[in-house]
Amino acid sequence: MISGHSNPSPGFGMQRDLEVCKLVDTTTCIGCKACEVACVEWNNMPFTPTTFDNTYQTMPETAPHFWNLIKFNEHQNPDGTIQWLMRKDQCMHCADPGCLHACPADGAIVKYANGIVDFNEENCIGCEFCVSGCPFNIPRFNPSTKRVYKCTLCSDRVGEGLEPACVKACPTGCLKFGSKEDMTFIAKERAKQLRDNFGWQNAGVYDPQSVGGTHVIYVLHDATDPERYGNLPKNPTIPWSYTWWKWLFKPVIGTFALLGGLGILFHHVTNGPRVPQPEPPEKDVVDVGGHP
Amino acid sequence: MSSRAIENFDEKARDTIERAGRTTIYHGELLRHPVYTRVLHWSVAVFFFLALFSGFGIYLPWLFRWFTPIFGGGQLSRIMHPYFGVAFVCFFALQALNFLQPMLWAPGDTRWMRNVKAIASGEEKMDPPETGFFNAGQKVMFWEIVAGCIVYIISGTILWAGAQTFGRIPVAVSYVLHDISAVIMLGGIFIHIYQSTFGEPGTFDAMIRGAVSEAWAWTFHPAWYKQVTGRDPEQACEEARRNMAARSKP
Repeated sequence: MISGHSNPSPGFGMQRDLEVCKLVDTTTCIGCKACEVACVEWNNMPFTPTTFDNTYQTMPETAPHFWNLIKFNEHQNPDGTIQWLMRKDQCMHCADPGCLHACPADGAIVKYANGIVDFNEENCIGCEFCVSGCPFNIPRFNPSTKRVYKCTLCSDRVGEGLEPACVKACPTGCLKFGSKEDMTFIAKERAKQLRDNFGWQNAGVYDPQSVGGTHVIYVLHDATDPERYGNLPKNPTIPWSYTWWKWLFKPVIGTFALLGGLGILFHHVTNGPRVPQPEPPEKDVVDVGGHP
Repeated sequence: MSSRAIENFDEKARDTIERAGRTTIYHGELLRHPVYTRVLHWSVAVFFFLALFSGFGIYLPWLFRWFTPIFGGGQLSRIMHPYFGVAFVCFFALQALNFLQPMLWAPGDTRWMRNVKAIASGEEKMDPPETGFFNAGQKVMFWEIVAGCIVYIISGTILWAGAQTFGRIPVAVSYVLHDISAVIMLGGIFIHIYQSTFGEPGTFDAMIRGAVSEAWAWTFHPAWYKQVTGRDPEQACEEARRNMAARSKP
Protein backbone atom coordinates (compact mmCIF):
# COMPACT_ATOMS: atom_id res chain seq x y z
CA MET A 1 0.00 0.00 0.00
CA ILE A 2 2.84 2.38 0.80
CA SER A 3 4.77 1.72 -2.41
CA GLY A 4 4.19 4.13 -5.21
CA HIS A 5 2.71 6.64 -2.78
CA SER A 6 4.09 10.10 -3.44
CA ASN A 7 2.69 11.65 -0.26
CA PRO A 8 4.54 11.65 3.07
CA SER A 9 2.19 9.10 4.58
CA PRO A 10 -0.60 6.85 3.43
CA GLY A 11 -3.92 8.55 3.63
CA PHE A 12 -2.45 12.02 3.32
CA GLY A 13 -5.12 14.68 3.09
CA MET A 14 -7.93 12.48 4.36
CA GLN A 15 -10.52 14.01 6.65
CA ARG A 16 -10.61 12.81 10.20
CA ASP A 17 -12.38 13.97 13.34
CA LEU A 18 -9.45 14.45 15.66
CA GLU A 19 -10.91 16.55 18.44
CA VAL A 20 -13.01 14.87 21.09
CA CYS A 21 -15.72 16.54 23.12
CA LYS A 22 -17.98 15.87 26.06
CA LEU A 23 -21.46 17.30 25.87
CA VAL A 24 -23.28 18.11 29.11
CA ASP A 25 -26.95 18.87 28.66
CA THR A 26 -27.90 20.66 31.89
CA THR A 27 -31.57 20.46 30.90
CA THR A 28 -31.68 16.68 31.24
CA CYS A 29 -29.38 16.24 34.23
CA ILE A 30 -31.28 14.79 37.18
CA GLY A 31 -28.53 15.30 39.75
CA CYS A 32 -28.10 11.57 40.47
CA LYS A 33 -24.31 11.99 40.90
CA ALA A 34 -23.60 8.68 39.15
CA CYS A 35 -20.87 10.54 37.24
CA GLU A 36 -19.26 11.65 40.51
CA VAL A 37 -19.10 8.06 41.71
CA ALA A 38 -17.89 6.73 38.35
CA CYS A 39 -15.10 9.31 38.29
CA VAL A 40 -13.87 8.39 41.78
CA GLU A 41 -14.17 4.68 40.93
CA TRP A 42 -12.37 4.72 37.60
CA ASN A 43 -9.54 6.96 38.79
CA ASN A 44 -9.22 4.88 41.96
CA MET A 45 -9.28 7.93 44.21
CA PRO A 46 -9.40 7.81 48.00
CA PHE A 47 -12.45 9.03 49.89
CA THR A 48 -12.86 12.82 50.11
CA PRO A 49 -14.95 14.01 53.07
CA THR A 50 -18.27 15.49 51.98
CA THR A 51 -19.72 18.76 53.24
CA PHE A 52 -23.40 19.29 53.88
CA ASP A 53 -24.47 22.88 53.28
CA ASN A 54 -28.27 22.48 53.03
CA THR A 55 -28.11 21.62 49.34
CA TYR A 56 -27.78 18.42 47.37
CA GLN A 57 -24.21 19.30 46.49
CA THR A 58 -21.56 16.82 47.66
CA MET A 59 -19.01 19.50 48.59
CA PRO A 60 -18.56 23.22 47.85
CA GLU A 61 -15.90 22.74 45.19
CA THR A 62 -13.97 20.03 43.40
CA ALA A 63 -11.05 18.59 45.33
CA PRO A 64 -7.66 17.01 44.53
CA HIS A 65 -9.35 13.59 44.67
CA PHE A 66 -12.78 14.68 43.50
CA TRP A 67 -12.65 16.00 39.95
CA ASN A 68 -16.28 15.84 38.98
CA LEU A 69 -18.95 17.65 40.98
CA ILE A 70 -22.58 18.38 40.27
CA LYS A 71 -23.27 21.96 41.28
CA PHE A 72 -26.80 22.54 42.53
CA ASN A 73 -28.14 26.08 42.33
CA GLU A 74 -31.54 27.60 42.95
CA HIS A 75 -32.20 30.46 40.61
CA GLN A 76 -35.17 32.78 41.03
CA ASN A 77 -36.61 34.05 37.77
CA PRO A 78 -37.99 37.61 37.51
CA ASP A 79 -41.55 36.18 37.59
CA GLY A 80 -40.88 34.57 40.96
CA THR A 81 -40.59 30.99 39.76
CA ILE A 82 -37.64 28.92 40.87
CA GLN A 83 -35.24 27.00 38.65
CA TRP A 84 -33.33 24.15 40.26
CA LEU A 85 -30.13 24.01 38.23
CA MET A 86 -27.71 21.10 38.10
CA ARG A 87 -24.43 21.46 36.32
CA LYS A 88 -21.66 18.93 36.14
CA ASP A 89 -18.51 20.90 37.01
CA GLN A 90 -15.14 19.58 35.82
CA CYS A 91 -12.19 20.60 33.67
CA MET A 92 -13.38 22.22 30.46
CA HIS A 93 -10.35 21.12 28.39
CA CYS A 94 -9.97 24.52 26.74
CA ALA A 95 -8.49 24.77 23.27
CA ASP A 96 -6.33 27.59 24.66
CA PRO A 97 -5.76 26.43 28.24
CA GLY A 98 -4.89 29.04 30.89
CA CYS A 99 -3.30 26.36 33.08
CA LEU A 100 -0.91 25.41 30.28
CA HIS A 101 -0.04 29.08 29.64
CA ALA A 102 0.82 29.53 33.31
CA CYS A 103 2.71 26.26 33.87
CA PRO A 104 6.50 26.66 34.25
CA ALA A 105 7.32 22.93 34.38
CA ASP A 106 8.22 20.93 31.30
CA GLY A 107 5.61 18.33 30.45
CA ALA A 108 3.54 18.85 33.58
CA ILE A 109 0.53 19.97 31.56
CA VAL A 110 0.05 18.56 28.08
CA LYS A 111 -2.54 19.26 25.46
CA TYR A 112 -3.05 16.29 23.21
CA ALA A 113 -3.98 16.60 19.54
CA ASN A 114 -7.46 15.35 20.40
CA GLY A 115 -7.98 18.38 22.65
CA ILE A 116 -7.60 16.71 26.05
CA VAL A 117 -5.59 18.80 28.54
CA ASP A 118 -3.86 16.43 30.91
CA PHE A 119 -1.74 16.91 34.04
CA ASN A 120 1.31 14.70 34.46
CA GLU A 121 1.87 14.35 38.15
CA GLU A 122 5.51 13.28 37.86
CA ASN A 123 6.48 16.57 36.17
CA CYS A 124 4.36 18.91 38.32
CA ILE A 125 6.47 21.15 40.58
CA GLY A 126 3.52 22.30 42.68
CA CYS A 127 3.84 26.03 42.04
CA GLU A 128 0.05 26.40 41.67
CA PHE A 129 0.36 28.91 38.82
CA CYS A 130 -2.17 26.81 36.87
CA VAL A 131 -4.75 27.50 39.60
CA SER A 132 -4.24 31.20 38.90
CA GLY A 133 -4.28 30.71 35.12
CA CYS A 134 -7.51 28.68 35.00
CA PRO A 135 -10.67 30.76 34.46
CA PHE A 136 -12.87 27.88 35.62
CA ASN A 137 -11.26 27.34 39.06
CA ILE A 138 -10.46 23.71 38.35
CA PRO A 139 -6.86 22.67 39.23
CA ARG A 140 -6.61 21.49 42.84
CA PHE A 141 -3.43 21.52 44.89
CA ASN A 142 -2.88 18.56 47.17
CA PRO A 143 -0.75 19.81 50.10
CA SER A 144 0.35 16.30 51.06
CA THR A 145 1.82 15.43 47.65
CA LYS A 146 2.56 19.06 46.64
CA ARG A 147 1.11 18.40 43.18
CA VAL A 148 -1.93 19.66 41.33
CA TYR A 149 -4.72 17.43 40.03
CA LYS A 150 -7.78 17.69 37.85
CA CYS A 151 -10.05 15.80 35.45
CA THR A 152 -8.18 14.05 32.62
CA LEU A 153 -11.28 13.55 30.48
CA CYS A 154 -10.32 9.89 31.09
CA SER A 155 -7.52 10.20 28.54
CA ASP A 156 -6.59 6.62 29.41
CA ARG A 157 -10.06 5.40 28.42
CA VAL A 158 -10.32 7.66 25.38
CA GLY A 159 -6.99 6.32 24.14
CA GLU A 160 -8.56 2.84 24.15
CA GLY A 161 -11.60 4.04 22.24
CA LEU A 162 -13.85 4.19 25.30
CA GLU A 163 -15.96 7.08 26.51
CA PRO A 164 -15.03 8.81 29.81
CA ALA A 165 -16.25 7.09 32.98
CA CYS A 166 -18.77 9.83 33.78
CA VAL A 167 -20.39 9.50 30.36
CA LYS A 168 -20.50 5.71 30.75
CA ALA A 169 -22.36 6.06 34.05
CA CYS A 170 -24.91 8.70 33.03
CA PRO A 171 -28.40 7.17 33.10
CA THR A 172 -30.31 9.94 31.31
CA GLY A 173 -28.19 10.56 28.24
CA CYS A 174 -27.45 14.02 29.51
CA LEU A 175 -23.76 13.26 28.97
CA LYS A 176 -22.55 12.43 25.50
CA PHE A 177 -19.09 11.88 24.12
CA GLY A 178 -17.81 12.04 20.55
CA SER A 179 -16.06 14.31 18.10
CA LYS A 180 -16.20 18.04 18.71
CA GLU A 181 -18.06 18.48 15.46
CA ASP A 182 -20.75 15.92 16.28
CA MET A 183 -21.24 17.14 19.85
CA THR A 184 -21.54 20.76 18.69
CA PHE A 185 -24.13 19.67 16.16
CA ILE A 186 -26.17 17.74 18.76
CA ALA A 187 -25.88 20.60 21.26
CA LYS A 188 -27.10 23.14 18.76
CA GLU A 189 -29.99 20.93 17.74
CA ARG A 190 -30.94 20.45 21.37
CA ALA A 191 -30.75 24.20 22.05
CA LYS A 192 -32.94 24.83 19.03
CA GLN A 193 -35.41 22.26 20.31
CA LEU A 194 -35.47 23.99 23.71
CA ARG A 195 -36.06 27.36 22.08
CA ASP A 196 -38.71 26.18 19.63
CA ASN A 197 -40.61 23.57 21.61
CA PHE A 198 -40.04 24.26 25.31
CA GLY A 199 -40.12 28.04 25.51
CA TRP A 200 -36.53 28.55 26.65
CA GLN A 201 -35.96 31.52 24.41
CA ASN A 202 -32.36 32.01 25.53
CA ALA A 203 -31.36 28.36 25.41
CA GLY A 204 -27.96 27.92 23.85
CA VAL A 205 -24.60 26.19 23.78
CA TYR A 206 -21.75 27.16 26.12
CA ASP A 207 -18.49 26.86 24.17
CA PRO A 208 -16.61 30.05 25.17
CA GLN A 209 -14.50 31.39 22.30
CA SER A 210 -12.42 33.57 24.65
CA VAL A 211 -10.44 30.42 25.48
CA GLY A 212 -10.61 29.15 21.91
CA GLY A 213 -13.63 26.96 22.62
CA THR A 214 -13.71 24.06 25.05
CA HIS A 215 -13.75 20.29 24.72
CA VAL A 216 -16.54 20.08 27.29
CA ILE A 217 -19.59 21.98 26.14
CA TYR A 218 -22.87 22.71 27.90
CA VAL A 219 -26.43 23.10 26.75
CA LEU A 220 -27.91 25.78 29.03
CA HIS A 221 -31.52 26.90 29.52
CA ASP A 222 -30.23 30.44 29.42
CA ALA A 223 -26.91 30.82 27.66
CA THR A 224 -26.95 34.58 28.28
CA ASP A 225 -26.43 34.06 32.01
CA PRO A 226 -24.10 31.12 32.62
CA GLU A 227 -23.12 32.57 36.04
CA ARG A 228 -26.33 31.24 37.57
CA TYR A 229 -25.01 27.69 37.08
CA GLY A 230 -22.57 27.93 39.99
CA ASN A 231 -20.26 30.66 38.65
CA LEU A 232 -19.74 29.43 35.14
CA PRO A 233 -17.92 32.49 33.71
CA LYS A 234 -19.66 34.25 30.85
CA ASN A 235 -16.39 35.40 29.36
CA PRO A 236 -13.55 33.25 30.75
CA THR A 237 -10.16 34.94 30.37
CA ILE A 238 -6.54 34.09 31.05
CA PRO A 239 -4.59 36.78 32.99
CA TRP A 240 -2.11 38.64 30.79
CA SER A 241 0.67 37.61 33.20
CA TYR A 242 0.59 34.18 31.56
CA THR A 243 0.03 35.31 28.00
CA TRP A 244 1.93 38.29 26.67
CA TRP A 245 3.98 38.93 29.80
CA LYS A 246 5.24 35.37 29.96
CA TRP A 247 5.72 34.66 26.27
CA LEU A 248 6.91 38.06 25.09
CA PHE A 249 8.29 40.23 27.87
CA LYS A 250 10.07 37.58 29.91
CA PRO A 251 12.29 36.44 27.03
CA VAL A 252 12.81 40.04 25.88
CA ILE A 253 13.86 41.18 29.36
CA GLY A 254 16.03 38.09 29.77
CA THR A 255 17.77 38.92 26.50
CA PHE A 256 18.34 42.50 27.65
CA ALA A 257 19.87 41.20 30.90
CA LEU A 258 22.29 39.03 28.90
CA LEU A 259 23.10 41.97 26.63
CA GLY A 260 23.76 44.01 29.79
CA GLY A 261 26.39 41.43 30.77
CA LEU A 262 27.96 41.74 27.33
CA GLY A 263 27.74 45.53 27.58
CA ILE A 264 29.73 45.44 30.81
CA LEU A 265 32.41 43.27 29.20
CA PHE A 266 32.76 45.68 26.29
CA HIS A 267 32.67 48.67 28.61
CA HIS A 268 35.68 47.18 30.32
CA VAL A 269 37.42 46.47 27.02
CA THR A 270 36.74 49.92 25.60
CA ASN A 271 36.97 52.14 28.69
CA GLY A 272 39.10 50.09 31.04
CA PRO A 273 39.13 50.12 34.83
CA ARG A 274 39.41 53.12 37.10
CA VAL A 275 42.61 52.46 38.94
CA PRO A 276 43.27 53.95 42.40
CA GLN A 277 45.56 56.96 42.16
CA PRO A 278 48.39 57.11 44.66
CA GLU A 279 47.85 59.90 47.09
CA PRO A 280 50.56 62.54 47.22
CA PRO A 281 53.34 61.51 49.63
CA GLU A 282 52.63 63.13 52.97
CA LYS A 283 56.22 64.23 53.66
CA ASP A 284 56.62 66.08 50.41
CA VAL A 285 53.26 67.72 50.88
CA VAL A 286 54.25 69.02 54.29
CA ASP A 287 57.69 70.10 53.09
CA VAL A 288 56.46 71.86 50.04
CA GLY A 289 53.52 73.24 51.96
CA GLY A 290 55.92 74.83 54.39
CA HIS A 291 57.99 76.43 51.65
CA PRO A 292 55.83 77.41 48.78
CA MET B 1 9.58 45.06 68.49
CA SER B 2 10.57 48.54 69.57
CA SER B 3 13.36 50.35 67.76
CA ARG B 4 15.41 50.18 70.98
CA ALA B 5 15.18 46.38 70.98
CA ILE B 6 16.24 46.26 67.33
CA GLU B 7 19.24 48.46 68.07
CA ASN B 8 20.19 46.26 71.03
CA PHE B 9 19.96 43.18 68.85
CA ASP B 10 22.05 44.83 66.15
CA GLU B 11 24.73 45.79 68.68
CA LYS B 12 24.80 42.33 70.21
CA ALA B 13 25.09 40.61 66.83
CA ARG B 14 27.83 43.02 65.84
CA ASP B 15 29.84 42.33 69.00
CA THR B 16 29.45 38.56 68.72
CA ILE B 17 30.54 38.37 65.08
CA GLU B 18 33.30 40.91 65.63
CA ARG B 19 34.79 38.68 68.35
CA ALA B 20 34.67 35.67 66.01
CA GLY B 21 37.05 37.17 63.48
CA ARG B 22 39.55 39.90 62.86
CA THR B 23 40.53 42.48 60.30
CA THR B 24 44.21 42.96 59.70
CA ILE B 25 45.15 46.39 58.48
CA TYR B 26 48.61 46.56 56.95
CA HIS B 27 50.72 49.66 56.60
CA GLY B 28 49.20 52.18 54.20
CA GLU B 29 45.75 50.66 54.52
CA LEU B 30 42.45 51.73 56.05
CA LEU B 31 39.68 49.69 57.67
CA ARG B 32 36.79 49.63 55.22
CA HIS B 33 34.35 46.91 56.33
CA PRO B 34 34.45 45.23 59.75
CA VAL B 35 33.88 41.47 60.17
CA TYR B 36 30.16 41.86 60.89
CA THR B 37 29.52 43.73 57.64
CA ARG B 38 31.51 41.21 55.62
CA VAL B 39 29.73 38.22 57.14
CA LEU B 40 26.37 39.82 56.42
CA HIS B 41 27.36 40.77 52.88
CA TRP B 42 28.39 37.24 51.95
CA SER B 43 25.37 35.68 53.67
CA VAL B 44 23.17 37.98 51.62
CA ALA B 45 25.15 37.11 48.48
CA VAL B 46 24.93 33.34 49.01
CA PHE B 47 21.18 33.37 49.54
CA PHE B 48 20.67 35.87 46.75
CA PHE B 49 22.30 33.53 44.26
CA LEU B 50 20.57 30.44 45.64
CA ALA B 51 17.23 32.22 45.27
CA LEU B 52 18.22 33.56 41.85
CA PHE B 53 19.32 30.21 40.42
CA SER B 54 16.41 28.28 41.90
CA GLY B 55 14.12 30.95 40.47
CA PHE B 56 15.62 30.86 36.97
CA GLY B 57 14.08 27.50 36.15
CA ILE B 58 10.67 28.77 37.20
CA TYR B 59 11.14 32.13 35.44
CA LEU B 60 11.83 30.78 31.95
CA PRO B 61 11.98 26.98 31.85
CA TRP B 62 12.63 26.72 28.12
CA LEU B 63 15.80 28.77 28.56
CA PHE B 64 16.91 27.94 32.10
CA ARG B 65 15.73 24.37 32.64
CA TRP B 66 19.35 23.31 33.18
CA PHE B 67 19.39 25.25 36.47
CA THR B 68 16.81 23.05 38.15
CA PRO B 69 18.99 19.89 38.50
CA ILE B 70 21.35 21.92 40.73
CA PHE B 71 18.61 21.93 43.34
CA GLY B 72 17.53 18.35 42.77
CA GLY B 73 14.87 18.99 40.14
CA GLY B 74 11.92 21.23 39.56
CA GLN B 75 9.97 20.15 42.62
CA LEU B 76 12.81 20.81 45.02
CA SER B 77 13.63 24.11 43.28
CA ARG B 78 10.05 25.18 43.85
CA ILE B 79 10.11 24.10 47.50
CA MET B 80 13.50 25.64 48.31
CA HIS B 81 13.15 28.93 46.41
CA PRO B 82 10.91 30.66 49.00
CA TYR B 83 13.16 29.58 51.87
CA PHE B 84 16.25 30.95 50.07
CA GLY B 85 14.29 34.13 49.47
CA VAL B 86 13.30 34.48 53.11
CA ALA B 87 16.92 33.96 54.22
CA PHE B 88 18.07 36.56 51.69
CA VAL B 89 15.54 39.10 52.94
CA CYS B 90 16.37 38.42 56.62
CA PHE B 91 20.13 38.81 56.14
CA PHE B 92 19.59 41.88 54.00
CA ALA B 93 17.37 43.37 56.72
CA LEU B 94 20.31 43.09 59.14
CA GLN B 95 22.62 44.61 56.56
CA ALA B 96 20.13 47.42 55.96
CA LEU B 97 20.13 48.18 59.68
CA ASN B 98 23.92 48.08 59.65
CA PHE B 99 24.22 50.39 56.62
CA LEU B 100 21.29 52.70 57.30
CA GLN B 101 23.36 55.69 58.49
CA PRO B 102 25.99 55.85 55.72
CA MET B 103 23.36 55.08 53.08
CA LEU B 104 21.29 58.21 53.78
CA TRP B 105 21.13 60.51 50.77
CA ALA B 106 23.34 63.60 50.91
CA PRO B 107 23.32 66.72 48.69
CA GLY B 108 26.64 65.69 47.17
CA ASP B 109 25.04 62.46 45.92
CA THR B 110 22.74 64.33 43.57
CA ARG B 111 25.78 66.00 42.02
CA TRP B 112 27.48 62.60 41.77
CA MET B 113 24.45 61.19 39.96
CA ARG B 114 24.45 64.08 37.48
CA ASN B 115 28.08 63.31 36.80
CA VAL B 116 27.59 59.53 36.57
CA LYS B 117 28.43 59.25 32.88
CA ALA B 118 31.85 60.82 33.25
CA ILE B 119 32.57 58.72 36.35
CA ALA B 120 31.46 55.42 34.80
CA SER B 121 33.33 56.02 31.57
CA GLY B 122 36.53 56.72 33.47
CA GLU B 123 36.69 60.26 32.12
CA GLU B 124 36.76 61.39 35.74
CA LYS B 125 39.73 59.52 37.19
CA MET B 126 38.69 60.36 40.74
CA ASP B 127 35.32 60.58 42.40
CA PRO B 128 34.10 64.09 43.34
CA PRO B 129 35.59 65.43 46.60
CA GLU B 130 32.29 65.21 48.52
CA THR B 131 31.95 61.44 47.91
CA GLY B 132 31.65 59.88 51.36
CA PHE B 133 31.73 56.32 52.69
CA PHE B 134 29.30 55.25 49.94
CA ASN B 135 28.86 56.94 46.60
CA ALA B 136 25.48 57.74 45.10
CA GLY B 137 25.53 54.66 42.84
CA GLN B 138 25.95 52.38 45.84
CA LYS B 139 23.16 54.19 47.64
CA VAL B 140 20.79 53.81 44.69
CA MET B 141 21.51 50.10 44.59
CA PHE B 142 21.01 49.80 48.34
CA TRP B 143 17.62 51.52 48.28
CA GLU B 144 16.62 49.56 45.19
CA ILE B 145 17.26 46.34 47.13
CA VAL B 146 15.26 47.67 50.08
CA ALA B 147 12.32 48.42 47.76
CA GLY B 148 12.84 45.13 45.91
CA CYS B 149 12.78 43.17 49.17
CA ILE B 150 9.46 44.76 50.12
CA VAL B 151 8.05 43.74 46.73
CA TYR B 152 9.52 40.24 47.19
CA ILE B 153 7.96 39.83 50.62
CA ILE B 154 4.47 40.87 49.51
CA SER B 155 4.38 39.18 46.11
CA GLY B 156 6.37 36.20 47.36
CA THR B 157 3.96 35.52 50.20
CA ILE B 158 1.05 35.57 47.75
CA LEU B 159 2.86 33.27 45.30
CA TRP B 160 3.99 30.94 48.08
CA ALA B 161 0.51 30.45 49.49
CA GLY B 162 -0.95 30.23 45.99
CA ALA B 163 -4.16 31.03 44.17
CA GLN B 164 -6.25 28.76 46.36
CA THR B 165 -5.52 31.06 49.32
CA PHE B 166 -5.25 34.50 47.73
CA GLY B 167 -7.31 34.17 44.53
CA ARG B 168 -6.12 33.97 40.96
CA ILE B 169 -5.76 37.67 40.12
CA PRO B 170 -3.50 38.61 43.10
CA VAL B 171 -1.27 35.68 42.11
CA ALA B 172 -1.21 36.79 38.47
CA VAL B 173 -0.22 40.34 39.50
CA SER B 174 2.38 39.14 42.02
CA TYR B 175 3.85 36.90 39.33
CA VAL B 176 4.67 39.97 37.21
CA LEU B 177 5.88 42.13 40.14
CA HIS B 178 8.15 39.34 41.40
CA ASP B 179 9.69 39.08 37.90
CA ILE B 180 10.22 42.82 37.53
CA SER B 181 11.87 43.06 40.93
CA ALA B 182 14.13 40.11 40.12
CA VAL B 183 15.18 41.49 36.75
CA ILE B 184 16.03 44.93 38.18
CA MET B 185 18.04 43.30 40.95
CA LEU B 186 19.80 41.06 38.42
CA GLY B 187 20.83 44.09 36.37
CA GLY B 188 22.01 45.83 39.55
CA ILE B 189 24.04 42.84 40.59
CA PHE B 190 25.85 42.75 37.23
CA ILE B 191 27.00 46.34 37.73
CA HIS B 192 27.77 45.71 41.41
CA ILE B 193 29.98 42.70 40.68
CA TYR B 194 31.74 44.39 37.78
CA GLN B 195 32.48 47.62 39.66
CA SER B 196 33.72 45.80 42.75
CA THR B 197 36.10 43.49 40.87
CA PHE B 198 37.43 44.53 37.45
CA GLY B 199 35.86 47.96 37.21
CA GLU B 200 37.62 49.51 40.21
CA PRO B 201 40.56 47.32 41.27
CA GLY B 202 41.11 47.12 45.00
CA THR B 203 37.42 47.18 45.85
CA PHE B 204 37.06 43.41 46.23
CA ASP B 205 39.54 43.42 49.12
CA ALA B 206 37.25 45.78 51.00
CA MET B 207 34.63 43.03 51.25
CA ILE B 208 37.05 40.10 51.51
CA ARG B 209 39.52 41.19 54.18
CA GLY B 210 37.95 44.49 55.09
CA ALA B 211 40.93 46.68 54.23
CA VAL B 212 41.60 49.08 51.37
CA SER B 213 44.69 51.00 50.39
CA GLU B 214 44.82 54.69 51.22
CA ALA B 215 45.17 55.35 47.51
CA TRP B 216 41.88 53.54 46.91
CA ALA B 217 40.10 55.59 49.55
CA TRP B 218 41.69 58.78 48.25
CA THR B 219 40.55 58.01 44.68
CA PHE B 220 37.03 56.70 45.15
CA HIS B 221 35.81 58.09 48.49
CA PRO B 222 37.67 61.37 49.09
CA ALA B 223 35.35 62.71 51.79
CA TRP B 224 35.61 59.45 53.75
CA TYR B 225 39.40 59.52 53.29
CA LYS B 226 39.45 63.02 54.74
CA GLN B 227 37.30 61.90 57.65
CA VAL B 228 39.46 58.90 58.66
CA THR B 229 42.94 60.26 57.89
CA GLY B 230 42.34 63.91 58.68
CA ARG B 231 44.06 64.80 55.43
CA ASP B 232 42.21 66.86 52.90
CA PRO B 233 42.39 65.23 49.47
CA GLU B 234 41.67 68.45 47.63
CA GLN B 235 44.29 70.33 49.54
CA ALA B 236 46.72 67.46 49.21
CA CYS B 237 46.10 67.30 45.50
CA GLU B 238 46.68 71.00 45.14
CA GLU B 239 49.84 70.80 47.19
CA ALA B 240 51.12 67.85 45.23
CA ARG B 241 50.75 69.83 42.06
CA ARG B 242 52.60 72.76 43.54
CA ASN B 243 55.23 70.33 44.75
CA MET B 244 55.66 68.92 41.28
CA ALA B 245 55.88 72.43 39.87
CA ALA B 246 58.47 73.43 42.47
CA ARG B 247 60.49 70.33 41.72
CA SER B 248 60.55 70.85 37.99
CA LYS B 249 61.45 74.55 38.26
CA PRO B 250 65.22 74.52 38.51
